[in-house]
Amino acid sequence: MSKTMAIVGTDAIAEAMRQIDPEVVAAYPITPQTAIVEKFSEYVADGLVNTQMVKVESEHSAMSACVGAAAAGGRVMTATSSQGLALMWEILYVASGLRLPIVLVNVNRTLSAPINIHCDHSDSMGARDASWIQIYSENAQEAYHNVLQAVRIAEHPEVRLPVMVNLDGFIISHAVDRIDILDDAPVREFIGEYSPAYPLLDVANPVSVGMFDGLYGYFFEAKRAQEASMEKAMYVIQQVGEEFGQRFGRPYGLWEEYGLEDARACVVALNSACGTIRTVIEAMRQEGKKIGLLKLRVFRPWPGQELVRVLQHFPVVAVFDRALAFKGGHGGPLYTEVAASLYEAEKRPLLANYVYGLGGRDLSVSMVRQALEEIWQAAEAGRVASRVNYLGLRE
Amino acid sequence: MKWDIDDVQKWPWHKHPPGLVNPDTGNSVQFNTGSWRSRRPALDLDKCSQCLVCYIYCPETSIQVQDRKVTGIDYDHCKGCGICAEECPRQAIALEDEAVQAG
Ligand code: SF4
Ligand code: SF4
Repeated sequence: MSKTMAIVGTDAIAEAMRQIDPEVVAAYPITPQTAIVEKFSEYVADGLVNTQMVKVESEHSAMSACVGAAAAGGRVMTATSSQGLALMWEILYVASGLRLPIVLVNVNRTLSAPINIHCDHSDSMGARDASWIQIYSENAQEAYHNVLQAVRIAEHPEVRLPVMVNLDGFIISHAVDRIDILDDAPVREFIGEYSPAYPLLDVANPVSVGMFDGLYGYFFEAKRAQEASMEKAMYVIQQVGEEFGQRFGRPYGLWEEYGLEDARACVVALNSACGTIRTVIEAMRQEGKKIGLLKLRVFRPWPGQELVRVLQHFPVVAVFDRALAFKGGHGGPLYTEVAASLYEAEKRPLLANYVYGLGGRDLSVSMVRQALEEIWQAAEAGRVASRVNYLGLRE
Repeated sequence: MKWDIDDVQKWPWHKHPPGLVNPDTGNSVQFNTGSWRSRRPALDLDKCSQCLVCYIYCPETSIQVQDRKVTGIDYDHCKGCGICAEECPRQAIALEDEAVQAG
């Protein structure tokens, strides 16, 4: 049912794209994403896919070409990172506003300046309000699975929103890992045929797309509808994740739990840091320090109510952020979201925020250990010593 | 018309097609872009050589043509951009101020 390969993360994504065989891929190279599109363009050249590969002069054009191709009715994909995502910004909103189910793989890299090519989540976090579904992946295996599921989620008739699958730059994208690549046939059966709602190329049923709204004014209504589809996406993501599990033996939900049943403190984090955090938690649990990990997979839609139901039972919740929101010392974007949702909880846990890994700064086991010891002490003392903390910063 | 939008201004948010796609055709005639106009192209048929350059260039299809001959301008849709006047090789189209026209 699958073959095991030792490949880098970007190759795993290219494999997913080969299996999806999208009608159009439009992309521009940017480190660390480049290897994905490089590999995929080999597949195009070798005739392994039927994809029309559009080579453009910038990411702004890449996303614009994706919008055009998706409006035409094609299954469309692209990949980018960092400045590339930033340059797509304007068109990200066009893609979601026109309800085009484009799948974008974002290899997380920080935003300049100072110029830096390494991992943090400032790129995708900046795009969090663009009405794109955002899915995060701890490792290349998950990223591969998430890309396959993203197609189904985006194209679901009740969703019809673009999906961004995130994985950590270099740490995951450029590390060789053991990956199980599923067989083509069952993957293609899972993904299925795409039937676009109003394809421009359906010449028997002509439509207008992207019309000016300024005089009659239905913009507000369109945005409200987008919000409702984001809400629906919460359920569709879970359905698709369950079906993926039934077919391929590994189900996916909104998040993954480790040790939450008996934990007195819970860590919430995204992407590859979860591996390091889990390792430290494992060691601490053997010493009787019962900490748990909630590895968040879905950041948009934001599973606020669902998270509150789980998080409100912990005396302490610590959120790890690989980005800043620059609110002036009030913590990172993930922390802000968790804190806002917990306002509605019957019992509000104590909260702490750990900002780490900006610009690719390593997150070592000892750093996580230091943070988790503090969290454990907070659980014991019933008091958080410091709300916003910077892990691995030279102080 | 296959899409009944008479009461579209009263539609609740969930009734519109996703992304405000318009699944109907031939309805831009209902949109009077002529109301945007501040300058009015005036056609002088005595100077016109019937080259049809204005017809090709007009972004609002407002140059009226019958039997391959320019007959006039559709002021319900002409937005007064002046492209026809600019492109006419015979200076047969002159832009006049709407306010002056209105007196
Ligand atoms: S002014 Fe512009 S819109 Fe009016 S007829 Fe000339 S080209 Fe067409
Ligand atoms: S461009 Fe001038 S000369 Fe040619 S058809 Fe139009 S008005 Fe006549």
